[in-house]
Amino acid sequence: MTQLQINMAVQVLRTMLAWATALLLFFPLGWLVLTAFKTELQAISVPPLFFFKPTLENFSIVQERSDYMLYAQNSLITSVASTALGLALAFPAAYSMVFFSGKHTKDILMWMLSTKMMPAVGALVPIYVIAQVSGLLDSRTALIIIFTLSNLPIMVWMLYSHLKEIPGEILEASRMDGATLWQEFRLVLLPLTMGGLASTGLLCLVLSWNEAFWSLNLTAAKAGTLAALIAQYSSPEGLFWAKLSAASFMAIGPIVVFGWFSQKQLVQGLTFGAVK
Amino acid sequence: MKLKASLALAFGLVTGMAHSATELVIATVNNPHMIEMHRQSKSFEAANPDIKLKWVTLEEGVLRQRVTNDIATKGGQFDIMTIGMYETPIWGKKGWLAEVKPTAEYDADDLLPAMRNGLSVDGKLYAVPFYGESSMLMYRKDLADKAGITVKERPTWTEVKDLAVKIHDPKNGVYGICLRGKPGWGDNMAFLSTLVNTFGGQWFDMNWKPQLDSKPWKDAITFYVDLLKNYGPPGSSANSFNEILALYNEGKCGMWIDATIAASLITDPGQSKVADKVAFAQAPTMVTPKGANWLWAWSLAIPAGSQKVEAAQKFILWATSKEYINQVGKDVGWGRVPTGTRKSTYANAEFLKAAKFATAEKLAIDTANPNDSTLPKSPYVGVQFAAIPEFQSIGIAVGQQMSAALAGKTSIDDALKAGQVAADREMKKAGYYK
Amino acid sequence: MKRLLPRILMAPSIITLFLWMIVPLVMSIYFSVIHYNLMQPERVGFVGLANFEYFITDPSFITATVNTLLLLGTVIVITVVFGTMIALLTDSPFPGRNIVRVLLISPFFVMPTVNALLWKNMMMHPIYGILAQVWMFFGATPVDWLTDWPLWSVIVIVSWQWLPFATLIFVTSLQSMDREQLEASRMDGANYLQQLRYLYLPHMARSVAVVVMIEMIFLLSIFAEIYTTTGGGPGDASTNMAFMIFKQALLNFDAGVASAGALFAVVLANIAAVFLIRMVGKNLDK
Repeated sequence: MTQLQINMAVQVLRTMLAWATALLLFFPLGWLVLTAFKTELQAISVPPLFFFKPTLENFSIVQERSDYMLYAQNSLITSVASTALGLALAFPAAYSMVFFSGKHTKDILMWMLSTKMMPAVGALVPIYVIAQVSGLLDSRTALIIIFTLSNLPIMVWMLYSHLKEIPGEILEASRMDGATLWQEFRLVLLPLTMGGLASTGLLCLVLSWNEAFWSLNLTAAKAGTLAALIAQYSSPEGLFWAKLSAASFMAIGPIVVFGWFSQKQLVQGLTFGAVK
Repeated sequence: MKLKASLALAFGLVTGMAHSATELVIATVNNPHMIEMHRQSKSFEAANPDIKLKWVTLEEGVLRQRVTNDIATKGGQFDIMTIGMYETPIWGKKGWLAEVKPTAEYDADDLLPAMRNGLSVDGKLYAVPFYGESSMLMYRKDLADKAGITVKERPTWTEVKDLAVKIHDPKNGVYGICLRGKPGWGDNMAFLSTLVNTFGGQWFDMNWKPQLDSKPWKDAITFYVDLLKNYGPPGSSANSFNEILALYNEGKCGMWIDATIAASLITDPGQSKVADKVAFAQAPTMVTPKGANWLWAWSLAIPAGSQKVEAAQKFILWATSKEYINQVGKDVGWGRVPTGTRKSTYANAEFLKAAKFATAEKLAIDTANPNDSTLPKSPYVGVQFAAIPEFQSIGIAVGQQMSAALAGKTSIDDALKAGQVAADREMKKAGYYK
Repeated sequence: MKRLLPRILMAPSIITLFLWMIVPLVMSIYFSVIHYNLMQPERVGFVGLANFEYFITDPSFITATVNTLLLLGTVIVITVVFGTMIALLTDSPFPGRNIVRVLLISPFFVMPTVNALLWKNMMMHPIYGILAQVWMFFGATPVDWLTDWPLWSVIVIVSWQWLPFATLIFVTSLQSMDREQLEASRMDGANYLQQLRYLYLPHMARSVAVVVMIEMIFLLSIFAEIYTTTGGGPGDASTNMAFMIFKQALLNFDAGVASAGALFAVVLANIAAVFLIRMVGKNLDK
């Protein structure tokens, strides 16, 4: 076999393996999506049904029973606000740690991570009391603050890692060309870190979106997020599996769509070839 | 024309100012009856335009954590809480609940005595029952007939075991008996508590010492593990109400002892493959009939110190009234009304026609008495639980051990010993004894 | 000026994080030495180390600690190893790569509670779960995963959820690899394994460190999945420290013991961190 044929065979094998892995890993989630369109009886039938007549009844039940728009709105606002706020706080910090690193940089990074060492369960009563005293129970503000601060260490770490990939010479060069800090940021740094910012932002968006512990314990009728929607369907008396699948589908739908569209940003990397 | 318009406007403004709506935040469980209450509440809002309802629906475990946190810290997040027969005596005694003062037309005497007593402390009513349940035996009449066995109205456990042996047929996908095994004070321990009761045992003696090292406990758990391991479905140690419901509806369970509310679900042709093959009997007994069937009511209560007691009470009385039950019966059918609360429901011909399980259910509720559910005298209230705050964590610790024993991960003796140690630790820490 | 700028840039993050950390920490320390049970508001007072003693003397304490570390270590190993493999697999373009990427990332979007229920009911249930069907198809008796292998089942569930995270980070890291260098090495006759050892893996070292540290933080406080699937059982086979704290905080409503437990968890986390830093920390600064 020629080298070309070997390469092609390897390529085909790789493609097949990649697809197989992806489909296998996606299967449980795909099953969830399928179940959203089944009736409750179909959902638990043995052997499992792959082919069935789909129905939209679960979605209309969920819609009728719960205020999806309110929950979705709250999820959207709290996730986006906390991600934006977090990026605004984390980026300067990561920047200075990378390009002005001192002997305490690693310590500070470790300390930031250590702020997350207390399990949320353990901090429930203190936080609840604080929220109550400051009148922030059942408010989006409280959730935004908590999400931002919970995710901040992660964001700093990830941005630190991304920024570390950028060779300092590029920035030095631009600075020597007379660029101000803002120009340096906008024209040189930002394009290079797009991928990093996007992936950090997306991950923190997902973390806030899926955050259930604080969302459930600190909210009541006004500020509930989609996590509260899920908690309505997760374990009642009677069959619930199809409805829960539909509710989950409605809860994660927006973020999956968002993830799909930000694909390009995520994999847009640093193009060192062009730089060199 | 202009005059009419301005008069209308003025009238609108005046009435608008006079009616500033009271907003009630209601915390409730996501059970079918509650969901129906949410739907029906639009008629309440229409009849009471000065009251606006906001709903927070959560699953049972989360709900309980949320409302307990709120009421204990006087958070004031909820104006009406859905609580059970476990919380009501505890919170009522602590003075955390506002006393409910039923109106004459509410006819509080129509409430089933077991329900009313279970939700009162020192004669004062602290919550109104929305729907109530006991536990009973639900068996497949067709399988029993095939085995040639007639089930008595109140069978013994020996008879039940005998029937299970005869109808156990795993090759054809039928298991003799399905029982709860999932760890949890309201899951497997709800059932096991009644089993221990009827074997002559109790949770705590009059000195509040846990009794897991007593003979009735040993006998009961040994019987349970033997029965379920040999004549039950695989994976029982993770099964609770929903899991067994799914199995039963698929026709896989020959017998099931669980909440009476299951009856309406397994006889519903829309979701059950064996809807017309089910028959009912009382929960089996062994040494004593005391405490053999449990008692539970999901009820509505108002936190003490609430500023909206009047409006809240209006709602909770409406939701648990005869009128409400009639409304649901006419709207969605008499098979789906909330049951287990009022004598008048069981005297209603249409209800009896739609619900074949009605008589068995009422008998079960009537014979359950949280104040007298154990053979030896007990210091606590409750049939399938002890109404003390420590019970939740004791219950789950013991529940985990029982589940492990069922799964064969630990011996029954070790499981009981571990449960006893856990219970003893909690009771000591809480100061019941040194 | 040079010293001032970095300080100003870092200040907002550090100050807010400091407050976020210090206030609950101080309150937890305070609660841990008093009697504070929500259900017994009348009983107050200093109890010294009694809460700590109570937490440690729990028969499940040692098992819970071991389980916590076991869960942590195994999930990290699984996600890092498989994440790297998948990232390398999808590194060079192939038809449908974008779709594959989306499929791979999706499990991370599922809420942990839903994830747990999905696996418990749909996949692992011994009668109508998918895995049971597969087992029966091959003529074997289905395994009761959650009963017989509780901790491993939880590990599988958690790994499935976190694998996309690791994959995503590694994929992004690979994107910044120097393609020219790779090309040059191939010209020089290096095979794939050599490229792996000398080019790919060293480049990914830092992102591995980041993934390990971040996962450590999250995995130490996992309890929602355990609560939903096994309830910590059978017995205490799948109980971890966060679950024990949960029992105290939200079943017993004993904020005193819960706070004591939380402080233990912090100690445990610090120990794990020291250990992990020793293993991967040097890669952070490269």
